Amino acid sequence: MTGTTHRTAISYIDRTREYYHALGYAKPYVWARHTEAVFAALAKPLAQSRVALVTTASPWPEDQPADGAPRCGKQVWSGSTTAPPARLHTDDLAWDKLTTHTRDVESFLPIRRLQEAVAERRIESLAARFHGVPTDYSQRRTLEQDAPEILARCREDEVDIALLVPL
Amino acid sequence: MSLVSRYLEAHGIATVVIGSARDIVEECGVARFLFNDFPLGNPCGKPYDVEMQRAIVGMALDLLDSARLPRTTVQSPFRFSEDESWKQNYARIDPAERAELQRLGAQRRAEQQAAAVSGSARKG
Repeated sequence: MTGTTHRTAISYIDRTREYYHALGYAKPYVWARHTEAVFAALAKPLAQSRVALVTTASPWPEDQPADGAPRCGKQVWSGSTTAPPARLHTDDLAWDKLTTHTRDVESFLPIRRLQEAVAERRIESLAARFHGVPTDYSQRRTLEQDAPEILARCREDEVDIALLVPL
Repeated sequence: MSLVSRYLEAHGIATVVIGSARDIVEECGVARFLFNDFPLGNPCGKPYDVEMQRAIVGMALDLLDSARLPRTTVQSPFRFSEDESWKQNYARIDPAERAELQRLGAQRRAEQQAAAVSGSARKG
C-alpha cells in the first residue's frame, strides 16, 4: 500500500494537466469553472416522474444506432432502453484502462437498474430512449450545440428528471 | 456532461450526475452529484456487481429526493478495491519515459492536425 489514504480523491484536473504537459502540449486545458450553480426542484414526486439517462459513450461501430444517426460518434445520438445495448464504444474516452474495463454496460449506463426502480414504483418510467453526448474539447460547442439538443430530446420524451453519467 | 447538467437545470429539468471525477464536476458546479471514488469508467458500480449498481442507482434517486440546494454532493460508501494503488497509477508519468511521452504527444498532434484538416476534430 502506498501513502495515499482511501479518503483522498484524485485531482483529475491536476493529473490531466501534468500528463498533457509531459506530452508536450504547451497550453493546459481550462476546465469549466463556476462559482454559482442552478437548481431545479423536482417538478413532481419521483414515483410520478419519467427519467432520462444520458451517457458520454458512443454506439459500437458495427451496431446501428436506434436513431439512424451517422456513426461518427461525435454528435448527440440516442439508443433504445427497451432493447438495451450489449456494448458501447468507449475507447475514445479518458478512463482508467489499466485498472478496469467497460464490458459491462450497466457499470456506466444503468438501464436495467432503472427498469428495476420502475418495477418497484420508485420512479414512474424510464424514457424509451437514452441519449449520448460527445465529450468535446470545445465548451462552446457543448453549450451551443449539444446541450440544447439533449434538452430538445428530453422534452420530446417528456421526461421530468435526468440521470447524467459521464465515464 | 456537467455543462449539460447545468443547461438542463436552467431549463427546469432536475438532474443528478453520477461520476468519479470529483474535482471536475464540482469545479463546474452542478445541482446534485453522487460521487463514487472509483477508477474512471465504472461510475455506476463495479462491472457485473449488480447489488452495488442497484445501491448506487438507489442513492442517486434518493439524492434527487433529498437535495434542497445546488452543489449537493453525496459520496457513496463503496470502494473499488482494498488496494487503492490505481490512484497512483492513473496517468502516471514515469521519469524514464519522458522522451517516449514527448514522441507520443508529437504523433498525436500530427494526427489532430490531420483530423482538423478533414473536419472531424472533436475531442474524445
